[in-house]
Amino acid sequence: MISKQEVEHIAKLARIGITKKEEEKFTRELSLILNYVEKLKEVDISKTLPTSHSIKIENVMRKDKSPKSKVQSPKLLKLAPETKNGYLKVKSIFK
Amino acid sequence: MELKNLTIKEIHDSLLKKEFSAFELCKIHLEKIKKEDKKFRAFLTISKDLAINQAKGIDEMISQGRETSILAGIPLAVKDNILVENIKCTAGSKILENYIAPYDATVIKKLKEIGAVILGKTNMDEFAMGSSTENSAFGSTRNPHDLTRVPGGSSGGSAAAVCANLCCYALGSDTGGSIRLPASFCGVVGLKPTYGAVSRYGLISMASSLDQIGTITKTVKDAKIVFDAISGKDPLDSTSVESKIAGSKFQIPNLRIGIPKEYFIKGMDAEVERIIKEAIKKIEALGTKIEEISLPHTEYALATYYLVMPSEASANLARYDGIKYGYFPEETDSLLDVYLKSREKGLGPEVRRRIMLGTYALSAGFYEAYYLRAQKVRTKILEDFNKAFEMVDLILTPTSAAPAFKIGEKITNPLTMYLSDIFTVSVNLAGLPALSLPCGKTHGLPVGLQIIGKAFEENKILEFGEVFEKLC
Repeated sequence: MISKQEVEHIAKLARIGITKKEEEKFTRELSLILNYVEKLKEVDISKTLPTSHSIKIENVMRKDKSPKSKVQSPKLLKLAPETKNGYLKVKSIFK
Repeated sequence: MELKNLTIKEIHDSLLKKEFSAFELCKIHLEKIKKEDKKFRAFLTISKDLAINQAKGIDEMISQGRETSILAGIPLAVKDNILVENIKCTAGSKILENYIAPYDATVIKKLKEIGAVILGKTNMDEFAMGSSTENSAFGSTRNPHDLTRVPGGSSGGSAAAVCANLCCYALGSDTGGSIRLPASFCGVVGLKPTYGAVSRYGLISMASSLDQIGTITKTVKDAKIVFDAISGKDPLDSTSVESKIAGSKFQIPNLRIGIPKEYFIKGMDAEVERIIKEAIKKIEALGTKIEEISLPHTEYALATYYLVMPSEASANLARYDGIKYGYFPEETDSLLDVYLKSREKGLGPEVRRRIMLGTYALSAGFYEAYYLRAQKVRTKILEDFNKAFEMVDLILTPTSAAPAFKIGEKITNPLTMYLSDIFTVSVNLAGLPALSLPCGKTHGLPVGLQIIGKAFEENKILEFGEVFEKLC
Protein backbone atom coordinates (compact mmCIF):
# COMPACT_ATOMS: atom_id res chain seq x y z
CA MET A 1 0.00 0.00 0.00
CA ILE A 2 2.73 2.43 0.94
CA SER A 3 6.40 2.01 0.11
CA LYS A 4 9.40 2.51 2.36
CA GLN A 5 10.48 5.42 0.19
CA GLU A 6 7.09 7.08 0.69
CA VAL A 7 7.31 6.63 4.46
CA GLU A 8 10.76 8.18 4.40
CA HIS A 9 9.36 11.11 2.39
CA ILE A 10 6.35 11.67 4.69
CA ALA A 11 8.54 11.50 7.79
CA LYS A 12 10.66 14.25 6.30
CA LEU A 13 7.60 16.34 5.39
CA ALA A 14 6.29 15.91 8.95
CA ARG A 15 9.74 16.71 10.38
CA ILE A 16 9.87 13.44 12.26
CA GLY A 17 13.07 11.52 12.67
CA ILE A 18 12.72 7.74 12.32
CA THR A 19 15.34 5.01 12.48
CA LYS A 20 15.85 2.41 9.73
CA LYS A 21 14.20 -0.21 11.92
CA GLU A 22 11.22 2.05 12.59
CA GLU A 23 10.91 2.76 8.88
CA GLU A 24 9.96 -0.86 8.30
CA LYS A 25 7.58 -0.92 11.24
CA PHE A 26 5.83 2.29 10.17
CA THR A 27 5.60 1.07 6.56
CA ARG A 28 3.86 -2.08 7.74
CA GLU A 29 1.52 -0.30 10.16
CA LEU A 30 0.61 2.59 7.88
CA SER A 31 -0.14 0.11 5.08
CA LEU A 32 -2.47 -1.75 7.43
CA ILE A 33 -4.38 1.44 8.25
CA LEU A 34 -4.43 2.76 4.67
CA ASN A 35 -5.72 -0.61 3.54
CA TYR A 36 -8.52 -0.38 6.11
CA VAL A 37 -9.63 3.13 5.08
CA GLU A 38 -9.93 1.92 1.47
CA LYS A 39 -13.46 0.85 2.41
CA LEU A 40 -14.56 4.49 2.14
CA LYS A 41 -14.44 3.97 -1.63
CA GLU A 42 -17.64 1.91 -1.34
CA VAL A 43 -19.64 5.02 -0.37
CA ASP A 44 -21.27 7.06 -3.14
CA ILE A 45 -20.20 10.62 -2.43
CA SER A 46 -20.67 11.99 -5.94
CA LYS A 47 -23.34 14.47 -4.78
CA THR A 48 -22.14 14.98 -1.20
CA LEU A 49 -20.56 18.13 0.19
CA PRO A 50 -17.72 17.83 2.71
CA THR A 51 -18.20 18.50 6.44
CA SER A 52 -15.34 20.18 8.26
CA HIS A 53 -17.26 20.96 11.45
CA SER A 54 -20.38 19.29 12.80
CA ILE A 55 -21.90 22.59 13.87
CA LYS A 56 -22.22 25.64 11.70
CA ILE A 57 -19.49 28.03 12.69
CA GLU A 58 -18.63 31.45 11.44
CA ASN A 59 -15.49 33.49 11.55
CA VAL A 60 -15.19 35.56 14.69
CA MET A 61 -13.61 38.97 14.20
CA ARG A 62 -12.13 41.31 16.75
CA LYS A 63 -11.41 45.03 16.51
CA ASP A 64 -8.28 45.83 14.55
CA LYS A 65 -6.13 46.78 17.51
CA SER A 66 -3.67 44.71 19.43
CA PRO A 67 -5.28 42.95 22.38
CA LYS A 68 -3.42 43.04 25.66
CA SER A 69 -2.04 39.58 26.30
CA LYS A 70 -2.91 38.22 29.67
CA VAL A 71 0.00 35.83 29.62
CA GLN A 72 3.25 37.63 30.17
CA SER A 73 5.99 36.90 27.71
CA PRO A 74 8.69 36.21 30.35
CA LYS A 75 6.51 33.33 31.54
CA LEU A 76 6.33 31.94 28.02
CA LEU A 77 10.03 32.49 27.37
CA LYS A 78 10.86 30.50 30.49
CA LEU A 79 9.31 27.44 28.83
CA ALA A 80 11.64 27.59 25.84
CA PRO A 81 14.76 25.40 25.84
CA GLU A 82 17.01 28.25 24.67
CA THR A 83 16.56 32.02 24.76
CA LYS A 84 18.78 35.03 24.28
CA ASN A 85 17.98 38.67 25.16
CA GLY A 86 14.28 37.92 25.45
CA TYR A 87 14.08 36.03 22.15
CA LEU A 88 13.79 32.35 21.32
CA LYS A 89 17.11 31.05 20.13
CA VAL A 90 17.30 28.85 17.04
CA LYS A 91 20.13 27.36 15.02
CA SER A 92 21.51 29.57 12.29
CA ILE A 93 19.80 29.03 8.96
CA PHE A 94 22.47 30.51 6.68
CA LYS A 95 25.85 28.90 6.63
CA MET B 1 -15.62 9.10 56.43
CA GLU B 2 -16.71 6.67 53.71
CA LEU B 3 -15.65 8.26 50.42
CA LYS B 4 -17.22 5.58 48.30
CA ASN B 5 -20.76 6.77 47.96
CA LEU B 6 -20.29 10.48 48.49
CA THR B 7 -22.01 12.48 45.78
CA ILE B 8 -21.35 16.15 45.15
CA LYS B 9 -24.65 17.18 46.71
CA GLU B 10 -24.05 15.09 49.84
CA ILE B 11 -20.58 16.55 50.34
CA HIS B 12 -21.94 20.06 49.80
CA ASP B 13 -24.59 19.50 52.48
CA SER B 14 -22.07 18.01 54.90
CA LEU B 15 -19.70 20.94 54.40
CA LEU B 16 -22.49 23.42 55.15
CA LYS B 17 -23.55 21.41 58.22
CA LYS B 18 -19.87 21.38 59.25
CA GLU B 19 -19.85 17.58 59.57
CA PHE B 20 -16.37 17.83 58.08
CA SER B 21 -14.33 20.65 56.62
CA ALA B 22 -13.13 21.10 53.04
CA PHE B 23 -9.59 20.89 54.41
CA GLU B 24 -10.28 17.51 56.05
CA LEU B 25 -11.92 16.23 52.88
CA CYS B 26 -8.96 17.39 50.83
CA LYS B 27 -6.44 15.80 53.23
CA ILE B 28 -8.26 12.47 53.18
CA HIS B 29 -8.14 12.40 49.39
CA LEU B 30 -4.47 13.41 49.23
CA GLU B 31 -3.56 10.69 51.75
CA LYS B 32 -5.61 8.11 49.90
CA ILE B 33 -3.86 9.00 46.63
CA LYS B 34 -0.48 8.75 48.31
CA LYS B 35 -1.30 5.38 49.82
CA GLU B 36 -3.26 3.71 47.02
CA ASP B 37 -2.28 5.24 43.71
CA LYS B 38 0.89 3.13 43.50
CA LYS B 39 -1.48 0.34 42.46
CA PHE B 40 -3.49 2.28 39.86
CA ARG B 41 -1.08 4.97 38.67
CA ALA B 42 -3.99 7.26 37.85
CA PHE B 43 -2.14 10.48 38.74
CA LEU B 44 0.89 12.05 37.07
CA THR B 45 1.10 15.15 39.26
CA ILE B 46 -0.35 15.93 42.70
CA SER B 47 -1.10 19.64 43.19
CA LYS B 48 -1.07 19.43 46.99
CA ASP B 49 -0.41 23.09 47.84
CA LEU B 50 -2.98 24.36 45.37
CA ALA B 51 -5.58 21.92 46.72
CA ILE B 52 -4.95 22.74 50.38
CA ASN B 53 -5.06 26.49 49.74
CA GLN B 54 -8.31 26.21 47.85
CA ALA B 55 -9.86 24.01 50.55
CA LYS B 56 -8.83 26.38 53.35
CA GLY B 57 -10.32 29.31 51.44
CA ILE B 58 -13.65 27.52 51.22
CA ASP B 59 -13.64 26.66 54.93
CA GLU B 60 -13.13 30.32 55.70
CA MET B 61 -16.05 31.29 53.47
CA ILE B 62 -18.28 28.72 55.17
CA SER B 63 -17.27 29.82 58.67
CA GLN B 64 -18.13 33.40 57.72
CA GLY B 65 -21.54 32.19 56.63
CA ARG B 66 -20.99 33.29 53.04
CA GLU B 67 -22.85 31.57 50.27
CA THR B 68 -20.85 28.90 48.42
CA SER B 69 -21.38 27.10 45.14
CA ILE B 70 -22.38 23.45 45.12
CA LEU B 71 -18.89 22.60 43.80
CA ALA B 72 -17.04 24.63 46.44
CA GLY B 73 -14.62 22.47 48.37
CA ILE B 74 -15.27 19.37 46.24
CA PRO B 75 -11.99 17.70 45.21
CA LEU B 76 -11.50 16.88 41.54
CA ALA B 77 -8.81 15.49 39.26
CA VAL B 78 -7.94 16.96 35.86
CA LYS B 79 -6.75 15.12 32.77
CA ASP B 80 -3.18 16.12 32.02
CA ASN B 81 -4.01 17.81 28.72
CA ILE B 82 -6.02 20.60 30.40
CA LEU B 83 -3.92 23.53 31.62
CA VAL B 84 -3.88 24.50 35.31
CA GLU B 85 -1.74 27.58 35.87
CA ASN B 86 1.72 26.89 37.36
CA ILE B 87 1.11 23.12 37.43
CA LYS B 88 3.01 20.74 35.16
CA CYS B 89 1.04 19.68 32.08
CA THR B 90 2.55 16.82 30.07
CA ALA B 91 -0.32 15.47 27.93
CA GLY B 92 1.30 12.11 28.70
CA SER B 93 4.23 13.02 26.45
CA LYS B 94 7.97 13.18 26.95
CA ILE B 95 8.07 16.26 24.74
CA LEU B 96 6.14 18.18 27.45
CA GLU B 97 7.82 16.45 30.41
CA ASN B 98 8.80 19.74 32.02
CA TYR B 99 6.09 22.01 30.68
CA ILE B 100 4.55 24.25 33.35
CA ALA B 101 1.17 25.62 32.27
CA PRO B 102 1.42 29.42 31.92
CA TYR B 103 -2.34 30.00 32.30
CA ASP B 104 -5.64 28.33 33.25
CA ALA B 105 -7.91 26.63 30.73
CA THR B 106 -11.36 28.26 30.68
CA VAL B 107 -12.94 25.22 32.38
CA ILE B 108 -10.34 25.46 35.17
CA LYS B 109 -10.88 29.20 35.53
CA LYS B 110 -14.61 28.59 35.89
CA LEU B 111 -14.13 25.84 38.46
CA LYS B 112 -11.57 27.83 40.46
CA GLU B 113 -13.94 30.79 40.62
CA ILE B 114 -16.56 28.66 42.35
CA GLY B 115 -14.07 27.11 44.77
CA ALA B 116 -13.17 23.74 43.28
CA VAL B 117 -10.28 21.88 44.89
CA ILE B 118 -7.84 20.55 42.29
CA LEU B 119 -6.01 17.48 43.61
CA GLY B 120 -3.82 16.81 40.60
CA LYS B 121 -3.40 15.80 36.98
CA THR B 122 -4.29 12.38 35.63
CA ASN B 123 -2.54 9.96 33.31
CA MET B 124 -3.57 9.61 29.68
CA ASP B 125 -2.48 8.23 26.34
CA GLU B 126 0.11 10.57 24.85
CA PHE B 127 -1.69 13.60 23.38
CA ALA B 128 -4.96 11.68 23.99
CA MET B 129 -4.07 9.21 21.24
CA GLY B 130 -5.14 5.80 22.41
CA SER B 131 -7.87 3.67 23.95
CA SER B 132 -6.05 2.15 26.90
CA THR B 133 -3.65 4.68 28.56
CA GLU B 134 -0.82 2.35 27.50
CA ASN B 135 0.49 5.06 25.16
CA SER B 136 1.41 7.32 28.08
CA ALA B 137 5.14 8.12 28.18
CA PHE B 138 4.92 7.65 31.95
CA GLY B 139 3.54 4.10 32.16
CA SER B 140 0.00 2.79 31.88
CA THR B 141 -2.81 3.21 34.40
CA ARG B 142 -4.49 0.09 35.75
CA ASN B 143 -8.19 -0.68 35.93
CA PRO B 144 -9.27 -0.63 39.61
CA HIS B 145 -11.69 -3.53 38.91
CA ASP B 146 -8.81 -5.74 37.73
CA LEU B 147 -5.23 -4.50 37.90
CA THR B 148 -4.15 -6.69 34.98
CA ARG B 149 -6.53 -4.81 32.69
CA VAL B 150 -6.55 -1.37 31.07
CA PRO B 151 -8.84 1.40 32.36
CA GLY B 152 -9.66 2.40 28.78
CA GLY B 153 -8.41 5.58 27.23
CA SER B 154 -7.42 8.10 26.62
CA SER B 155 -8.85 9.63 29.83
CA GLY B 156 -7.95 6.42 31.70
CA GLY B 157 -6.34 8.15 34.67
CA SER B 158 -9.43 10.30 35.26
CA ALA B 159 -11.80 7.31 35.06
CA ALA B 160 -9.63 5.14 37.32
CA ALA B 161 -9.30 7.99 39.86
CA VAL B 162 -13.08 8.43 40.08
CA CYS B 163 -13.64 4.66 40.20
CA ALA B 164 -11.09 4.19 43.01
CA ASN B 165 -12.56 7.15 44.97
CA LEU B 166 -9.31 9.09 44.75
CA CYS B 167 -11.37 12.17 43.79
CA CYS B 168 -15.07 13.09 43.72
CA TYR B 169 -15.14 13.78 40.00
CA ALA B 170 -12.75 14.40 37.14
CA LEU B 171 -12.42 16.23 33.86
CA GLY B 172 -11.50 14.40 30.68
CA SER B 173 -11.48 15.05 26.97
CA ASP B 174 -13.17 13.06 24.22
CA THR B 175 -12.09 13.08 20.57
CA GLY B 176 -13.30 9.63 19.52
CA GLY B 177 -14.51 8.08 22.77
CA SER B 178 -11.79 9.07 25.23
CA ILE B 179 -14.26 9.86 28.03
CA ARG B 180 -16.94 7.26 27.30
CA LEU B 181 -14.71 4.22 26.78
CA PRO B 182 -12.77 4.58 30.06
CA ALA B 183 -16.02 5.45 31.87
CA SER B 184 -17.54 2.19 30.62
CA PHE B 185 -14.40 0.13 31.40
CA CYS B 186 -14.21 1.55 34.95
CA GLY B 187 -17.95 1.52 35.71
CA VAL B 188 -18.38 5.28 36.13
CA VAL B 189 -20.43 7.95 34.36
CA GLY B 190 -18.84 9.75 31.40
CA LEU B 191 -20.36 12.69 29.53
CA LYS B 192 -19.10 13.87 26.16
CA PRO B 193 -20.93 17.17 25.54
CA THR B 194 -22.05 18.55 22.18
CA TYR B 195 -19.18 19.99 20.12
CA GLY B 196 -19.00 23.64 21.15
CA ALA B 197 -20.89 23.27 24.43
CA VAL B 198 -17.70 23.53 26.52
CA SER B 199 -14.79 25.86 25.77
CA ARG B 200 -11.63 24.16 24.51
CA TYR B 201 -9.39 27.10 25.47
CA GLY B 202 -6.46 25.64 27.39
CA LEU B 203 -7.06 22.08 26.20
CA ILE B 204 -4.01 20.72 24.39
CA SER B 205 -5.39 20.23 20.90
CA MET B 206 -5.49 16.90 19.15
CA ALA B 207 -8.19 17.08 16.44
CA SER B 208 -9.89 20.44 16.67
CA SER B 209 -13.16 19.58 14.93
CA LEU B 210 -13.68 16.57 17.24
CA ASP B 211 -12.12 17.42 20.64
CA GLN B 212 -14.45 18.22 23.51
CA ILE B 213 -13.90 18.51 27.29
CA GLY B 214 -16.35 16.56 29.43
CA THR B 215 -16.95 15.00 32.83
CA ILE B 216 -16.29 11.71 34.59
CA THR B 217 -18.40 11.30 37.71
CA LYS B 218 -19.88 8.74 40.09
CA THR B 219 -23.51 9.61 39.28
CA VAL B 220 -25.53 11.21 36.48
CA LYS B 221 -26.62 14.02 38.79
CA ASP B 222 -22.98 14.85 39.46
CA ALA B 223 -22.35 14.95 35.70
CA LYS B 224 -25.13 17.51 35.34
CA ILE B 225 -23.74 19.68 38.15
CA VAL B 226 -20.24 19.74 36.66
CA PHE B 227 -21.47 20.18 33.08
CA ASP B 228 -23.58 23.18 34.13
CA ALA B 229 -20.49 24.70 35.76
CA ILE B 230 -18.12 24.33 32.80
CA SER B 231 -20.35 24.86 29.75
CA GLY B 232 -21.15 28.06 27.87
CA LYS B 233 -19.77 30.40 25.26
CA ASP B 234 -16.22 31.60 25.73
CA PRO B 235 -14.74 34.54 23.80
CA LEU B 236 -11.42 32.67 23.84
CA ASP B 237 -12.82 29.71 21.86
CA SER B 238 -14.52 30.83 18.67
CA THR B 239 -16.15 27.41 18.22
CA SER B 240 -17.89 27.54 21.60
CA VAL B 241 -21.59 28.36 21.65
CA GLU B 242 -24.23 29.23 24.19
CA SER B 243 -26.50 26.21 24.50
CA LYS B 244 -29.73 27.04 22.73
CA ILE B 245 -31.91 24.57 24.58
CA ALA B 246 -32.12 25.52 28.23
CA GLY B 247 -34.38 23.15 30.13
CA SER B 248 -36.03 20.03 28.87
CA LYS B 249 -39.54 19.00 29.70
CA PHE B 250 -40.58 15.53 28.74
CA GLN B 251 -42.49 12.58 30.06
CA ILE B 252 -40.59 9.31 30.04
CA PRO B 253 -43.51 7.34 28.50
CA ASN B 254 -43.62 9.80 25.61
CA LEU B 255 -39.98 9.21 24.71
CA ARG B 256 -39.19 7.44 21.47
CA ILE B 257 -35.93 5.53 21.72
CA GLY B 258 -33.95 4.24 18.77
CA ILE B 259 -31.76 1.15 18.82
CA PRO B 260 -29.47 1.18 15.77
CA LYS B 261 -29.16 -2.34 14.37
CA GLU B 262 -25.59 -1.61 13.16
CA TYR B 263 -24.41 -1.44 16.78
CA PHE B 264 -25.08 -5.11 17.44
CA ILE B 265 -22.36 -6.67 15.38
CA LYS B 266 -20.90 -10.10 14.78
CA GLY B 267 -17.97 -10.72 17.07
CA MET B 268 -19.29 -8.60 19.91
CA ASP B 269 -19.03 -10.03 23.42
CA ALA B 270 -22.15 -12.14 24.05
CA GLU B 271 -22.40 -11.12 27.70
CA VAL B 272 -22.18 -7.42 26.80
CA GLU B 273 -24.94 -7.89 24.23
CA ARG B 274 -27.13 -9.68 26.79
CA ILE B 275 -26.59 -6.96 29.45
CA ILE B 276 -27.36 -4.14 26.98
CA LYS B 277 -30.50 -5.90 25.70
CA GLU B 278 -31.66 -6.42 29.28
CA ALA B 279 -31.14 -2.71 29.98
CA ILE B 280 -33.24 -1.87 26.92
CA LYS B 281 -36.02 -4.15 28.22
CA LYS B 282 -36.01 -2.30 31.55
CA ILE B 283 -36.31 0.98 29.68
CA GLU B 284 -39.17 -0.37 27.60
CA ALA B 285 -40.95 -1.37 30.82
CA LEU B 286 -41.05 2.33 31.76
CA GLY B 287 -43.48 2.78 28.90
CA THR B 288 -41.05 4.28 26.38
CA LYS B 289 -41.42 3.37 22.74
CA ILE B 290 -38.40 1.35 21.59
CA GLU B 291 -37.79 1.28 17.83
CA GLU B 292 -35.16 -0.42 15.76
CA ILE B 293 -33.49 2.18 13.59
CA SER B 294 -30.69 2.18 11.03
CA LEU B 295 -27.58 4.35 10.84
CA PRO B 296 -26.42 2.87 7.53
CA HIS B 297 -23.00 4.51 7.36
CA THR B 298 -21.90 3.27 10.80
CA GLU B 299 -19.45 0.77 9.28
CA TYR B 300 -17.56 3.66 7.63
CA ALA B 301 -17.26 5.78 10.77
CA LEU B 302 -13.99 4.36 12.03
CA ALA B 303 -12.26 4.70 8.64
CA THR B 304 -13.55 8.27 8.36
CA TYR B 305 -12.33 9.02 11.85
CA TYR B 306 -8.87 7.60 11.15
CA LEU B 307 -8.42 10.07 8.30
CA VAL B 308 -10.04 13.19 9.78
CA MET B 309 -8.41 12.87 13.22
CA PRO B 310 -4.78 12.27 12.10
CA SER B 311 -5.05 14.99 9.46
CA GLU B 312 -6.08 17.56 12.06
CA ALA B 313 -3.60 16.18 14.59
CA SER B 314 -0.70 16.40 12.14
CA ALA B 315 -1.36 20.13 11.80
CA ASN B 316 -1.96 20.72 15.52
CA LEU B 317 1.16 18.87 16.63
CA ALA B 318 3.44 20.80 14.26
CA ARG B 319 3.92 23.25 17.15
CA TYR B 320 6.11 20.72 19.03
CA ASP B 321 9.32 21.64 17.31
CA GLY B 322 11.86 21.69 20.14
CA ILE B 323 12.09 25.49 19.99
CA LYS B 324 9.13 27.07 21.78
CA TYR B 325 8.92 24.57 24.62
CA GLY B 326 9.50 21.01 25.55
CA TYR B 327 12.08 18.34 25.05
CA PHE B 328 15.32 19.50 23.50
CA PRO B 329 17.81 17.14 21.87
CA GLU B 330 21.41 17.53 23.01
CA GLU B 331 23.54 17.37 19.91
CA THR B 332 22.18 18.92 16.76
CA ASP B 333 23.94 20.48 13.81
CA SER B 334 21.15 22.32 11.98
CA LEU B 335 17.64 23.70 12.46
CA LEU B 336 16.16 20.75 10.56
CA ASP B 337 18.09 18.45 12.85
CA VAL B 338 16.50 20.12 15.90
CA TYR B 339 13.05 19.44 14.49
CA LEU B 340 13.80 15.85 13.50
CA LYS B 341 15.54 14.87 16.72
CA SER B 342 13.20 16.58 19.18
CA ARG B 343 10.19 14.98 17.50
CA GLU B 344 11.88 11.59 17.18
CA LYS B 345 12.91 11.42 20.83
CA GLY B 346 10.09 13.48 22.31
CA LEU B 347 7.08 11.85 20.64
CA GLY B 348 6.05 8.22 21.10
CA PRO B 349 5.35 5.73 18.28
CA GLU B 350 1.54 6.15 18.21
CA VAL B 351 1.81 9.95 17.98
CA ARG B 352 4.42 9.78 15.22
CA ARG B 353 2.31 7.20 13.37
CA ARG B 354 -0.75 9.47 13.44
CA ILE B 355 1.21 12.56 12.41
CA MET B 356 2.63 10.65 9.44
CA LEU B 357 -0.78 9.25 8.50
CA GLY B 358 -2.27 12.75 8.61
CA THR B 359 0.62 14.23 6.66
CA TYR B 360 0.12 11.56 4.01
CA ALA B 361 -3.67 12.09 3.83
CA LEU B 362 -3.18 15.84 3.37
CA SER B 363 -0.24 15.69 0.96
CA ALA B 364 -0.46 16.75 -2.67
CA GLY B 365 -1.96 14.03 -4.83
CA PHE B 366 -3.62 12.22 -1.91
CA TYR B 367 -5.74 15.00 -0.37
CA GLU B 368 -8.83 14.28 -2.47
CA ALA B 369 -8.60 10.51 -2.24
CA TYR B 370 -8.26 10.53 1.55
CA TYR B 371 -9.04 13.71 3.50
CA LEU B 372 -11.71 15.17 1.22
CA ARG B 373 -13.38 11.79 0.75
CA ALA B 374 -13.44 11.30 4.54
CA GLN B 375 -15.05 14.72 5.00
CA LYS B 376 -17.77 13.75 2.54
CA VAL B 377 -18.46 10.45 4.26
CA ARG B 378 -18.59 12.48 7.48
CA THR B 379 -21.54 14.35 5.93
CA LYS B 380 -23.25 10.98 5.30
CA ILE B 381 -22.75 9.96 8.94
CA LEU B 382 -24.17 13.29 10.11
CA GLU B 383 -27.18 12.86 7.79
CA ASP B 384 -27.81 9.38 9.22
CA PHE B 385 -28.17 10.89 12.70
CA ASN B 386 -30.31 13.78 11.44
CA LYS B 387 -32.70 11.33 9.81
CA ALA B 388 -32.82 9.09 12.87
CA PHE B 389 -33.54 12.02 15.17
CA GLU B 390 -36.59 12.90 13.09
CA MET B 391 -38.09 9.65 14.37
CA VAL B 392 -36.61 9.20 17.84
CA ASP B 393 -35.58 11.37 20.80
CA LEU B 394 -32.65 9.31 22.04
CA ILE B 395 -30.42 6.59 20.65
CA LEU B 396 -29.11 3.75 22.83
CA THR B 397 -26.07 1.61 22.03
CA PRO B 398 -23.37 -0.28 23.90
CA THR B 399 -20.40 2.00 24.64
CA SER B 400 -17.98 -0.79 23.77
CA ALA B 401 -18.35 -4.21 22.14
CA ALA B 402 -16.37 -5.83 24.97
CA PRO B 403 -15.34 -5.08 28.57
CA ALA B 404 -11.84 -3.90 29.60
CA PHE B 405 -9.07 -5.87 27.91
CA LYS B 406 -5.75 -7.04 29.32
CA ILE B 407 -2.75 -4.72 29.45
CA GLY B 408 -0.57 -5.53 26.44
CA GLU B 409 -3.35 -7.39 24.59
CA LYS B 410 -3.91 -4.86 21.81
CA ILE B 411 -0.88 -2.62 21.88
CA THR B 412 1.07 -4.45 19.17
CA ASN B 413 -1.50 -3.97 16.41
CA PRO B 414 -2.73 -0.39 15.98
CA LEU B 415 -5.80 -1.42 14.00
CA THR B 416 -7.00 -3.81 16.73
CA MET B 417 -6.63 -0.98 19.24
CA TYR B 418 -8.49 1.46 16.96
CA LEU B 419 -11.43 -0.97 16.75
CA SER B 420 -12.08 -0.41 20.50
CA ASP B 421 -13.61 2.93 19.49
CA ILE B 422 -16.00 1.52 16.91
CA PHE B 423 -19.17 2.52 18.86
CA THR B 424 -17.99 5.94 20.01
CA VAL B 425 -16.35 7.73 17.04
CA SER B 426 -19.57 8.43 15.08
CA VAL B 427 -20.80 10.69 17.88
CA ASN B 428 -17.69 12.90 17.57
CA LEU B 429 -17.90 13.04 13.78
CA ALA B 430 -21.51 14.22 14.17
CA GLY B 431 -20.68 16.51 17.13
CA LEU B 432 -23.45 15.05 19.30
CA PRO B 433 -23.67 14.74 23.10
CA ALA B 434 -23.45 11.24 24.57
CA LEU B 435 -23.39 9.69 28.01
CA SER B 436 -21.87 6.37 29.04
CA LEU B 437 -23.27 4.89 32.20
CA PRO B 438 -22.75 1.58 33.96
CA CYS B 439 -25.52 -0.95 33.34
CA GLY B 440 -24.13 -4.24 34.61
CA LYS B 441 -21.07 -6.44 34.97
CA THR B 442 -19.63 -9.46 33.25
CA HIS B 443 -17.10 -11.54 35.24
CA GLY B 444 -16.60 -8.57 37.56
CA LEU B 445 -15.98 -6.10 34.72
CA PRO B 446 -18.34 -3.15 34.13
CA VAL B 447 -20.39 -2.74 30.95
CA GLY B 448 -21.44 0.70 29.71
CA LEU B 449 -24.63 1.85 28.01
CA GLN B 450 -24.28 4.79 25.63
CA ILE B 451 -27.12 7.33 25.38
CA ILE B 452 -26.83 9.65 22.37
CA GLY B 453 -28.94 12.80 22.11
CA LYS B 454 -29.59 15.60 19.65
CA ALA B 455 -27.10 18.45 19.57
CA PHE B 456 -27.29 20.60 22.74
CA GLU B 457 -29.79 18.26 24.40
CA GLU B 458 -27.46 17.30 27.23
CA ASN B 459 -30.28 17.92 29.69
CA LYS B 460 -32.46 15.31 28.06
CA ILE B 461 -29.82 12.57 28.07
CA LEU B 462 -28.88 13.47 31.65
CA GLU B 463 -32.46 13.46 32.92
CA PHE B 464 -33.12 10.19 31.15
CA GLY B 465 -29.82 8.83 32.49
CA GLU B 466 -30.89 9.64 36.03
CA VAL B 467 -34.09 7.65 35.59
CA PHE B 468 -32.18 4.72 34.11
CA GLU B 469 -29.55 4.83 36.87
CA LYS B 470 -32.27 4.09 39.44
CA LEU B 471 -33.26 0.94 37.56
CA CYS B 472 -29.77 -0.54 37.81
